[in-house]
Amino acid sequence: MDKDFRAAIAEALENPNLGGALGRFSEAYRTSRAKAYEGYDFEALRAQIAERKGAAAGHLEELAAAFTKSAQARGAKVFRASSPEAVKEYILSLARAKGVRGVVKSKSMASEEIHLNRALEEGGLRVKETDLGEWIIQLAGQRPSHMVMPAIHLTKEQVAELFSKEVEERLAADIPKLVKVAREQLRGEFLAADLGITGANIAVAETGTLVLVTNEGNARLTTTLPRVHVAIVGLEKLVEKLDDVVPIVTALPKSATGQLLTSYCTMISGPTEGPDGEPRELHVILMDNRRTDMAADPKFKQALQCIRCASCLNVCPVYRIVGGHVFGKTYTGGIGAILTAWFDALKDSDDLQSLCIQCGNCKEVCPGMIDLPELILEIRRRLAKEKGQPALQKAIFSVVNNRRAFHAMLRAASVAQAPFAKKGFIRHLPFFLSDLTEGRSLPAIAREPLRDRIREIKQPRSTEKAALYAGCLIDFAYPETGEAVVKVLNAAGVEVIFPEGQTCCGAPARYSGAYEVAARNAKDNLDALVEEDVRWIVSACPTCTVALKHDFAATLESVGDAAWAEKAAKVAAKAIDFATLVQQLVDEGRLTIDHQRALTTVTYHDSCHLKRTLRAEQAPRALLAKAGLPVTEMFESDICCGMGGSYSMKLPEISAPMLRRKLDSIQKTGAQVVAMDCPGCMMQIRGGLHQAGAATAVHHTAELLADVVERKR
Amino acid sequence: MYETFRSRAQAVGAEVHRFAECSEARRFVLDLLRSEGVSATPGAGAVWADGPFLAAADRAALAREVPGLAFEVNRESAAAAKVGITDADWMVANTGTLATAADGAAGRLAAMLPALHVAVVPATRLVADLGGLFQHLSPRDTRYLALVTGPSRTADIERVLTIGVHGPARLVVVVVDGLQGRC
Repeated sequence: MDKDFRAAIAEALENPNLGGALGRFSEAYRTSRAKAYEGYDFEALRAQIAERKGAAAGHLEELAAAFTKSAQARGAKVFRASSPEAVKEYILSLARAKGVRGVVKSKSMASEEIHLNRALEEGGLRVKETDLGEWIIQLAGQRPSHMVMPAIHLTKEQVAELFSKEVEERLAADIPKLVKVAREQLRGEFLAADLGITGANIAVAETGTLVLVTNEGNARLTTTLPRVHVAIVGLEKLVEKLDDVVPIVTALPKSATGQLLTSYCTMISGPTEGPDGEPRELHVILMDNRRTDMAADPKFKQALQCIRCASCLNVCPVYRIVGGHVFGKTYTGGIGAILTAWFDALKDSDDLQSLCIQCGNCKEVCPGMIDLPELILEIRRRLAKEKGQPALQKAIFSVVNNRRAFHAMLRAASVAQAPFAKKGFIRHLPFFLSDLTEGRSLPAIAREPLRDRIREIKQPRSTEKAALYAGCLIDFAYPETGEAVVKVLNAAGVEVIFPEGQTCCGAPARYSGAYEVAARNAKDNLDALVEEDVRWIVSACPTCTVALKHDFAATLESVGDAAWAEKAAKVAAKAIDFATLVQQLVDEGRLTIDHQRALTTVTYHDSCHLKRTLRAEQAPRALLAKAGLPVTEMFESDICCGMGGSYSMKLPEISAPMLRRKLDSIQKTGAQVVAMDCPGCMMQIRGGLHQAGAATAVHHTAELLADVVERKR
Repeated sequence: MYETFRSRAQAVGAEVHRFAECSEARRFVLDLLRSEGVSATPGAGAVWADGPFLAAADRAALAREVPGLAFEVNRESAAAAKVGITDADWMVANTGTLATAADGAAGRLAAMLPALHVAVVPATRLVADLGGLFQHLSPRDTRYLALVTGPSRTADIERVLTIGVHGPARLVVVVVDGLQGRC
């Protein structure tokens, strides 16, 4: 990671406004978004958008030609530009030909993308951004930190400072007054400008229509007062039919700001007359800048389904901590990391993509149904291929790829750490996963791993068997969780076997972009599991379960190992997470969990993979309630705890504030126990509570259920 | 459906009034202009853009009643006015939106430049949603389809909602049962 980038993260973490305005917005956003979508079937709506935009992305050339024809028929001039330079040259020569001096702009990310203002100013033009946020950052000489709210990183005091300089008068940090100053200052610019530049939210091929969505009304003035209007339109804004506008305009304001509709939505189809009855000109620049390359890439074509609502930023637990000047270039957040890899260069996205913790929140809300986490992993994979793995990572993975060496090392670690272990925690762990991490204690390596302890458990013989896939953390750090799984399944008459050949699920490698390493892990595990005569392959680690159910197949396909598909499918069909399996056994009447008198208060933390990939957030809650431990919900129970596997080691400065937020939410419930279904989250949260000296106990759902099942015996 | 329109429009800060007859609506508008202090003083005028609502009225009589009221809408008169009056063509219920075929500059100037915009719309012109609107009025019919939902707003400074940036700070919707629209 770049040193300047680390410094930028540190600086962002110290910016109080990011924790303030941005933090408050991201907390309120969930509610306002949900309210805006009340009465709408979001899944159906976004399926429609994805289908229409996906189809458009597959026919960019035809749609551009059709748009050109329709717009020209209505008197607009259309220019096709493949590069940023071509856009700038066209506008500059148009401005010269028309004797333009003043330019007003309404917000356009396409113009930000090509740094248009600088080029126009160098060409001798007076350029004014008119969107309030854009004007603020123009005065500050910065770039937008958010696609919808460009100046969210600045305080009203900072804005007052900037405006005071501009109007040469001392202004107070009073927001309504500052807005009034902007209105007065920019009104003169609107009335005097010769050229208005806008972007477009949608361009309709069928009718040659540009759709502009704004709240302030600046786009309406920009497209009415100056005698020439230039619209810069990225090719991905094209849709085929007028009807395609409906789902996009329905979703965009709801996803962007939680509004049913923005104050203004303008649909321009051809030039209109000017304020004094004079004819006006409309020029539409259809800009490619690598969009057709993206459309030709089978993985990244879907990124063209983006409608630039920025909801992927608004729900991102990392973005809300560091903001868009760290997490972004022209475009910010998750989609910013993806677009930067294309509009700038793959390597320019290196630092940005590394910020993604893969929690999957963005994918849940994306109205274009873009699988952002997967595309970010793909960038990671391509980067790892291009630049190779760092030496340390390589060394670690070479051990992980050799099961015997890896497990021998973990066993050795349990001995070596002995003098440091303290109540199950040690501060400096001689374990490859560890580093000095502030705000969190790390677990000790168990003296005896689960794979040894499980042999000592007296199990009922049964024809119905489950293979337990432990995963590294349960096997070597939390064997008691594994024992709890065995106890609960035994109580339902299921015998649990432990296939010896199982090894690391490959998630650390996959999430680092080292797919070849992950593929090796996948193959070892498939060989260990595929022949076992069991009904289920159960795991109490959601990340491992996701590997078994989805990632083995995906990784092997990515590296071109099609021959393994059958084995991967066999294992995937049997793979199940612990809570879902237990719920199933309860539903089948094979396991009763007696209702205990509620003595303990419990809150529940949703693990990213369990909730958003396995969709199993209800099962643990229902089981805990059955066990007499009804869950008192915490604030944002499904926001990532900041663990993210090796993320917490690579970016401890971001992981730590995420953990602090989580601990705070847990403690505010006043619950004595926080339950969860992921050993990674347990490691993070237990370590955090331990270091904070809190008394709240952290347990895997399996442990809480095992207690109840055991007492019954 | 009208109730949905009314409540959604009010929820985003629009003021909604309904009248049976054009004459009552005209009376309301004139009273509003007077109470807003519209006068012949520079910067205190009002502009009224041509449309079905105005077509049926006696302009000279209106101008006599409210000095400072002008029917000539151009860059200067609209920029200097504190109130702008226009027709709107349709109401969209589920978002509380007014839709207008705004090809002519006069209507747009009157709707955008003054701080108070009064929009008059026939009560019969009501659709459920955007898809419904497109059945009657779409970019096929107009080069400048304007959808207006409440007054101009921003939250660009510290996410604090502030009304009236570049467009009007107040939007008064006048719904008239006895008015026939133009398209």
